[in-house]
Amino acid sequence: MALKIIASQCTSCSACEPECPNVAIREKNGTFIIDPKKCTECIGHFDAPQCTAVCPVDDTCVIDTSYPRYQAPA
Amino acid sequence: MHALAQHEGASAGSVANVSEVMQAIAEHKGCGTSGGSGKASCGSAAGQGDLPTEIWEKVKNHPCYSEEAHHHYARMHVAVAPACNIQCNYCNRKYDCANESRPGVVSEKLTPEQAAKKVLAVASTIPQMTVLGIAGPGDPLANPEKTFKTFELISKTAPDIKLCLSTNGLTLPDHVDTIAGFNVDHVTITINMVDPEIGAKIYPWVFWKHKRYTGVEAAKLLTDRQLLGLEMLTERGILCKVNSVMIPGINDKHLVEVNKAVKSRGAFLHNIMPLISAPEHGTVFGLTGQRGPTAQELKALQDSCEGEMNMMRHCRQCRADAVGLLGEDRSAEFTTDKIMAMEVNYDLDSRKAYQAMVEEERVAKVAAKQEELTTLAGEQSDIKLLVAVATKGSGLINEHFGHAKEFQVYELSTAGAKFVGHRRVDLYCQGGYGDEDSLETVIRAINDCHAVFVAKIGGCPKGDLQKAGIDPVDQYAHEFIEKSAIAWFKAYLDKVNSGEIEHVERGDAEIRQGALITAA
Ligand code: SF4
Ligand code: SF4
Repeated sequence: MALKIIASQCTSCSACEPECPNVAIREKNGTFIIDPKKCTECIGHFDAPQCTAVCPVDDTCVIDTSYPRYQAPA
Repeated sequence: MHALAQHEGASAGSVANVSEVMQAIAEHKGCGTSGGSGKASCGSAAGQGDLPTEIWEKVKNHPCYSEEAHHHYARMHVAVAPACNIQCNYCNRKYDCANESRPGVVSEKLTPEQAAKKVLAVASTIPQMTVLGIAGPGDPLANPEKTFKTFELISKTAPDIKLCLSTNGLTLPDHVDTIAGFNVDHVTITINMVDPEIGAKIYPWVFWKHKRYTGVEAAKLLTDRQLLGLEMLTERGILCKVNSVMIPGINDKHLVEVNKAVKSRGAFLHNIMPLISAPEHGTVFGLTGQRGPTAQELKALQDSCEGEMNMMRHCRQCRADAVGLLGEDRSAEFTTDKIMAMEVNYDLDSRKAYQAMVEEERVAKVAAKQEELTTLAGEQSDIKLLVAVATKGSGLINEHFGHAKEFQVYELSTAGAKFVGHRRVDLYCQGGYGDEDSLETVIRAINDCHAVFVAKIGGCPKGDLQKAGIDPVDQYAHEFIEKSAIAWFKAYLDKVNSGEIEHVERGDAEIRQGALITAA
């Protein structure tokens, strides 16, 4: 599983981009997006997803349930 | 003044044609930039007062810090720092922040390269532009690479431009050395509390070292870091101003404590600004109906802190990407597209020559005031009253009542004329004819004043002002503000003494709560 950014709520403040330990976040068409292939939900890096913790708009960086939960490589 | 226009034409460079530049002078309005909301507010004393000489040297030409300089010099902000690391209840990150010098994140964002070019373009067109600030849209120190890259580019090409920075202070201690390295001589820290219990009512969370903190813990972290950062800066001789937003019922009484705490750590100026709050701003305070202070409440707090240290009353809480002088916004002339297409020729010498002329003008103004002051010597009276002035800058009464977007407020007493703030209003007169509703708003905004000094005023608003008990004064058109105000006050005292008129106290005034930016 990965996180996703609800584009309609994103203010494009860019705060999340440098916080991502996996460089999974980038700007696209005026808002920011998460590359689900790179996102690890911050597992192995931090206690909580960094994008969610820094985002000024509640419920904008949320779990994308269309992906299976991230499994840390064994 | 005519000399200014001529000189200005000569220094036009390739940025703008002469007529644009003449326009720049016609619109020359001193400091600041557009804000929009009605403010009474801040103001360091016009003169050196009790400031140490080395600090006075640094601030005397700074439009944001010296009340006197803000009539003559301008500063601009560039929006290169969109990210923030704390959340404030008076802020909605989507929109321009009415409380601090911060545009909303939807305002045009600039890269450091674009920002540097913009600064040079503006400085070449407006020679009074002497200060560059970075204040947002987020927190400059939550975007350290972008902020410092911008400083680096500007300090290379335009070493005469002063650099300043506004921050919430959370990461300030980490960047103090870099700030010192760039010769940044003014840093503004927004400190709304020194008590975490109070802070918890203002800040829902802070993000620090990969973790979101909430409640009292968040506020404790923030206040510790702010005060540490302030100490570190003042130790290194970097000027620090503190901004506080006055939130009635939350930190209004507490700000006296804040004032002591920041003074003891070496802040040279404390700027207490009124909370601007309306439901349509979509902020937490806007939605909970938290009100802002009235003009009298604000002035009372500023006065009670004044014995402690210099207070700043001319702050307009201007928008961080605004460009221009005293309450105007010329941002539209300097959009990214236009700037990128400009050929900028940064001419340090013509800027210096222009500024030398401004200095002469300032000296003349101060001399006129001193001379008039001697006429008050020997007067005995406890009367203290406020007057409003319509001005375009240069310390002159040179604005038409109907064209004024703001009024400067002076307190008159036998001690002279003291600048105590300004009030923003909607234009009473759009396109030559007045609109009745806005006249009422103007009256409410200056309702605590006994008189309003203007260059010109129509018969109709004149009558309405008189009915409201405000004396419209146009006999000092195009003369120096302080000199005229003192002369008027002397005549007023004479009339009171002779029994011709009776002195009555005025009521309170309203601080305009409208959206931050009206059409420029
Ligand atoms: S959850 Fe962590 S890894 Fe995933 S996008 Fe957010 S910051 Fe990056
Ligand atoms: S922190 Fe939130 S609002 Fe800011 S760019 Fe990232 S997703 Fe958008």
